[in-house]
Amino acid sequence: MTDLKISSEPLDIISCIGKVKNLQCGGMDIFIGTIRNKTKEKKVVRLEYEAYEPMALKEMKKIAEYALQLWPVENILIHHRVGVLKTGDIAVIVAVCAPHREAAFDACRYAIDTLKKTVPIWKKEVFEDGEEWVAAHA
Amino acid sequence: MEIRLLAFGIVKEIFKVNLMEISLPEGSTVDVLRKNLEHEFPAIKRLSTYMIAVNNEYAAEDVILKAQDEIAIIPPVSGG
Repeated sequence: MTDLKISSEPLDIISCIGKVKNLQCGGMDIFIGTIRNKTKEKKVVRLEYEAYEPMALKEMKKIAEYALQLWPVENILIHHRVGVLKTGDIAVIVAVCAPHREAAFDACRYAIDTLKKTVPIWKKEVFEDGEEWVAAHA
Repeated sequence: MEIRLLAFGIVKEIFKVNLMEISLPEGSTVDVLRKNLEHEFPAIKRLSTYMIAVNNEYAAEDVILKAQDEIAIIPPVSGG
């Protein structure tokens, strides 16, 4: 099973766990990406996320389906937040359940690492004295 | 032909709009669009990289564009 979502509402960890839970699974791995309070010693005021939603969902689906092929995992969930986020807010949740933990760890790591490379979502960091689109310039 | 471009992230700020129409010769490829944009908006050459998506898929440089395609300019992604 795959469960993919891009949401302007806060992400809910408990409901994500409920969606992924499965009696065939002996382990669940959850990655929760949150907003850090500083980048290179500069205080972060807020982050602004935007997505090219139809394509982002399509790329997230590719990641989830590929993970299901690569590892013996049962369910994979990827939820990403968009909009204005503040320190401590949850930006992304990846949850994977599998009969055995190795596959859950591997698939979860693959999913978040690949999401950061391929899914068309962007964030702008807003500092006290300026702002910057993350990764835009070398 | 007239094509419509969707812009995201920093590209939206470079274009100053999130949707732009430009005119290209019939049969133009992604590569032609790229050269055209870099001429019109030199600031995009300063990005570490950028991709062009056609109908929700990353497109290779030799893909031929059609007027009805959904074309998006994708600066370096930074989700997560």
